[in-house]
Amino acid sequence: MQFFRSHILVCGGTGCTSSDSAKIIEELDKLLVDKKLDKEIKVVQTGCFGLCEQGPIMVVYPEGTMYCKVKVTDVAEFVEEHLIKGRIVTRLLEKSSDVKDGEYAIEKSSFFKKQLRIALRNCGVINPELIDEYIAFDGYKALIKALTEMKPDEIIETIKKSGLRGRGGGGYPTGSKWEFAAKQDNDQKYVCCNADEGDPGAFMDRSVLEGDPHSIIEAMIIAGYAIGANYGFVYVRAEYPIAVKRLQIAIEQAREYGLLGDNILGTGVKFDLEIRLGAGAFVCGEETALMTSIEGKRGEPRVRPPYPAEKGLWQKPTILNNVETLANIPMILLKGPEWFASMGTEKSKGTKVFAIGGKINNTGLVEIPMGTTLREVIYDIGGGIPGGKKFKAAQTGGPSGGCIPASHIDTPIDYESLIELGSMMGSGGLIVMDEDTCMVDIAKFFLEFTVDESCGKCTPCRLGTRRMMEILDKITKGRGKMSDLDELETLARDIKAASLCALGQTAPNPILSTLRYFRDEYEAHIRDHRCPAGSCKSLLSYEVTEDKCIRCGLCAKNCPVNAITGSKKDEIPFVVDQDICIKCGVCYQKCPVDAITK
Amino acid sequence: MNTNANQPTKNDEKNFLVKEVVARHQHSKGALIPVLHEIQERYGYLPVEIQEKVAKEMNISQAEVFGVISFYSHFATKPAGKYRISVCMGTACYVKGAGSVLDKLKEKLHVKVGQTTEDGAFTLEECRCLGCCGLAPVLTVNGKVYGRLTIEDVDTILESYKNDGGIA
Ligand SMILES: Cc1cc2nc3c(=O)[nH]c(=O)nc-3n(C[C@H](O)[C@H](O)[C@H](O)COP(=O)(O)O)c2cc1C
Ligand code: FES
Repeated sequence: MQFFRSHILVCGGTGCTSSDSAKIIEELDKLLVDKKLDKEIKVVQTGCFGLCEQGPIMVVYPEGTMYCKVKVTDVAEFVEEHLIKGRIVTRLLEKSSDVKDGEYAIEKSSFFKKQLRIALRNCGVINPELIDEYIAFDGYKALIKALTEMKPDEIIETIKKSGLRGRGGGGYPTGSKWEFAAKQDNDQKYVCCNADEGDPGAFMDRSVLEGDPHSIIEAMIIAGYAIGANYGFVYVRAEYPIAVKRLQIAIEQAREYGLLGDNILGTGVKFDLEIRLGAGAFVCGEETALMTSIEGKRGEPRVRPPYPAEKGLWQKPTILNNVETLANIPMILLKGPEWFASMGTEKSKGTKVFAIGGKINNTGLVEIPMGTTLREVIYDIGGGIPGGKKFKAAQTGGPSGGCIPASHIDTPIDYESLIELGSMMGSGGLIVMDEDTCMVDIAKFFLEFTVDESCGKCTPCRLGTRRMMEILDKITKGRGKMSDLDELETLARDIKAASLCALGQTAPNPILSTLRYFRDEYEAHIRDHRCPAGSCKSLLSYEVTEDKCIRCGLCAKNCPVNAITGSKKDEIPFVVDQDICIKCGVCYQKCPVDAITK
Repeated sequence: MNTNANQPTKNDEKNFLVKEVVARHQHSKGALIPVLHEIQERYGYLPVEIQEKVAKEMNISQAEVFGVISFYSHFATKPAGKYRISVCMGTACYVKGAGSVLDKLKEKLHVKVGQTTEDGAFTLEECRCLGCCGLAPVLTVNGKVYGRLTIEDVDTILESYKNDGGIA
């Protein structure tokens, strides 16, 4: 094996690829050859580091220097300064980092300090397209241990003891699920991985597949051995091309190495798997619908029981686990269930990955021990709210979840605490909202989502969610009545009770939770025809405050529909014609002296 | 499989494509969706003629094929415009103003979501979390990502495509 004095890791996750990280790699490779450094220094394309806000990210080892927002045009300077002269290019360091004694390491950054990376252990560390790198980081070691030293029931016992619960939303104990399926007497069973990632603000499953696909394959083989299944499916969203490509490469490499096939590692154990693509239906993330979809049909959910562990794919016993759940499995086998159970809270063990986004400085992926408080996530790791605005609420659980208001910011995050607050863990989207976000509008946003995605099979979900959305729409347009709030609550109760699957059963949550914490905002829309956050367009009118206006004319110049008239020269005051105004807000943003109100 | 040695007509081409794809997937269970994915990937969309052929080749009813296509939003029965503009309406993008970006596009292109402009130049679509929330709000044009958008960027982006490739 060739030895390199230094490695440059460049993020090849979706976020950084979108800001041209591939071109940075190209440029690096070219310059290394030019400077005859290509035999000493190696460029590695890795998965996501998590700090997407600052992308493209580039980390230089052995020193661990992390460079942010790197552009192709920065590469020449970096090569000259860092690689040749040994001087750090300070202007490209992350803002919060301290450079001491010319040394700066990625672990010291406030974004990474409080994190504990288990599911994401290899993301941003290895090249996901090379099985040897995964193996070098203890990859497939858990599989060897499982197949050669453990009996299937010992594996299940280990997983049960670890306390691992499903990371796909429900939080069902993984070991018990496996046990149930293992007990079924059947010559054909299946293992499925849920990589449908339907929460519209979450991308951790995608990052694991993009950054560490072998960990999922390894876990699925272990699961197959544990329950007695010899075939598996990974159901991936069609919108995740990079993840699909890397997973496909990984599967082929695993076959080549004898890790998939008829006689795995010479133990006689048989397992293979294939990828199935979703086709843009949110309900297919639900377990029974997902299986119907793999069968090649319309992805409608089925009534449970029977549970999939008894009758799943093609009526055969099947287990389904989320990507992040599976990513934990090899580590639990290697380090022991006690190690895993030592992290987290009483009923929620281990860590959870969150995709933090919205009004937050460090948008990205973070993995934290269960029980970390929301405040730590938002302020210590997330770097707080941009523009000095006030934190208003965080939304978790996507369209099935709810909001956690500022008054509960010190709640330790785990499955139980979030349910108690009227939200849920969900798959891990965590969207931060500030004072400019309207809570009625957010509820409407999620309801629009469920109306769109309701599969139509059961009436409460199909018609009930539509009715709720219509009411919300009326309220955001200032045409609501106080009695609408009662109707929302009644509808919510009925839909929860009568829907066939969890999509409908949880669809009212975004409304119930915002009503619980932000009822006054609903009331302001209805009673005063006012949107306190200044976000609902129908309730806004942009106006120029004459005493503040300096008559620079920027508003009129930028107005896309010429709704603003006035003149600098002739001293005619600027006014907005409300009939023409489309409420786009450009004038509000452009005014240098904040003379425009909304 | 019978390959057509003579000059292939448009119809033969479709026949050949469907036959070839179905043959390759025939061995696997639940093959209909993978088959549709691949045909759409290669042909662009799934018109009725193709649906008929798929049903015939796979020995299933045309209603079943159509039932699946209509259930999944990813499958299109009409061709898309030359440029597909897809605005991310994921939560992170929405909170950062994706709604206004979408409104602006609707207004500029005079289309609703899912429609194509009359000249066939632009199709307007919505998508959900592209996985680059750090760049929110985000849109893509034929897969190319534009991030940290403001409403004004919409004009610049549209202009750059109008000037490219002779669209009036
Ligand atoms: C409407 C709906 C959508 C869902 N979407 C997902 C999803 O995108 N990803 C996921 O892992 N689980 C999703 N789930 C949960 C799955 O039904 C299932 O509980 C989970 O995949 C089981 O894996 P786990 O025990 O490892 O969490 C969804 C559930 C519902 C009701
Ligand atoms: S929400 Fe738009 S990229 Fe994630």
